[in-house]
Amino acid sequence: MSLTAYLPIAIMFFLALAFAAGSMVASRWLTTQNPTPEKLEPYECGIVPLQEPVQRFPVKFYLVAMLFVIFDIEIVFLFAWASRFDSLGWYGVGAVGIFTLLLVETLAYVWKRGALDWNVASRRRRRITAEFEEAA
Amino acid sequence: MTAVLEAIFGNAFWSAVVKTVVVFAILMVNTLFLVWFERRVVAFMQNRIGPNRAGPMGLLQTLADGIKLFFKEQITPRKVELGMYLAAPVAAMIPAFLIFMVIPFGEPITIGNTVVTLQGADLNVGLLFILAMSSLAVYSIVLAGWASGSKYPLLGGVRATAQMISYEAAMGLALVPVVLFASIQIADGSVGVGTMSLSRLVELQQGSFRGFIPGWFVFWLLPSFIIFMIAAVAETNRAPFDLVEAESEIVGGYHTEYSGIRFAFFFLAEYINMFNVSAIAVTVFLGGWLGPDFGLPSGIAWAMPIMWFLLKTYALLFIFVWLRATLPRMRYDQLMTLGWKRLIPAGLAWLILFTLVQAFRSFGAPWS
Repeated sequence: MSLTAYLPIAIMFFLALAFAAGSMVASRWLTTQNPTPEKLEPYECGIVPLQEPVQRFPVKFYLVAMLFVIFDIEIVFLFAWASRFDSLGWYGVGAVGIFTLLLVETLAYVWKRGALDWNVASRRRRRITAEFEEAA
Repeated sequence: MTAVLEAIFGNAFWSAVVKTVVVFAILMVNTLFLVWFERRVVAFMQNRIGPNRAGPMGLLQTLADGIKLFFKEQITPRKVELGMYLAAPVAAMIPAFLIFMVIPFGEPITIGNTVVTLQGADLNVGLLFILAMSSLAVYSIVLAGWASGSKYPLLGGVRATAQMISYEAAMGLALVPVVLFASIQIADGSVGVGTMSLSRLVELQQGSFRGFIPGWFVFWLLPSFIIFMIAAVAETNRAPFDLVEAESEIVGGYHTEYSGIRFAFFFLAEYINMFNVSAIAVTVFLGGWLGPDFGLPSGIAWAMPIMWFLLKTYALLFIFVWLRATLPRMRYDQLMTLGWKRLIPAGLAWLILFTLVQAFRSFGAPWS
């Protein structure tokens, strides 16, 4: 299949871009703009904002992003194999099986290490409770 | 008339233009209807009436809202990163429109000697294209949250990113058995290669077994379908996974600082995405446009597949609305637990089980 199949996609890309950008510009032209200093403040339920927005956020989000990269790449490889499942036979199943087992092991490892526990506080609390019960 | 249509669809470029415009129009009109549908259904579930003033039964309510938003002031808060702030709504719209391009919404029509497929573009990597585009949709939310220069959008944007990428992994995992199953189905015939083209996937679901059960993939791949639907609800940020715009915690989430038509674009993209995921589920699992045409004359029969497609899609959309009217919002750690500790292991286990069963069926035991 040649690149001609992607022609409608390219046209739709420019159509959607033109529609979105065009209506934003048109709306800007057609509406009355009346900015006041209060209106332009960042939203804070009507009171004067005291803090700058946080520029640092929990490291857990980065962890999720990295795990996603691992799993998404795995899935892309699986698609390539699945579409040739029949011609690859047991050889393909074995090769992909080893690959998948490595990823299952990865998942088990990060699970055990607590990378998938979102609420760290509750995990610590559970550990403390367990230690307490052990001592009693 | 026939000659004109034949000339248009015989030419690759003009047929592409016409199809694109048709898909664009379908999505816009459909969104008008879908927003009204959701508001009406939720209203009836809550013993209210819902919008019923603008147009017959309130059908034009969304149009009225759209026009209102178009003529509203566009407030640009002081602290925004202007370029990215303006790019975000556009970046939300483009993937939403592109995804529907690869979904077949009707049986190919024959005009004169030309066969016209009712599909924007029949890509041979359709499923991968869909996954790629839904990954791109995350960018608009990150950009919107980051560029707003305000704390609630930032929190909403980061939350949305973590949520969407988590469930995207589950969604992709649920689609692998489909491709695998399709490659076996084809091998039973003559071609002998697998496919990720959505129009081929629909064709493979033709026929029936035991005479009355349709050959839809959902009957073989029910676990995949369930995982896909849960992931789809989370992917579109719908209740009960709508933490992205949890009003009680983070105001409007990533679009807090957006107003007027810029907000409308996020809203539009969300509803188009909802329609897209339902259409994908229908195409991949529920037989797409396949359905009986009751032996109607050919003048009307071409419309029946389109009707079946819309009927199935709206059945799934009704479930989306039903969930919203029924379930309370989840807590964030519950959401992540469901994604990583339930759906992904379940998807992996189902994939391994399905692969082994199909391998034994197709190739026999490896030791024999």
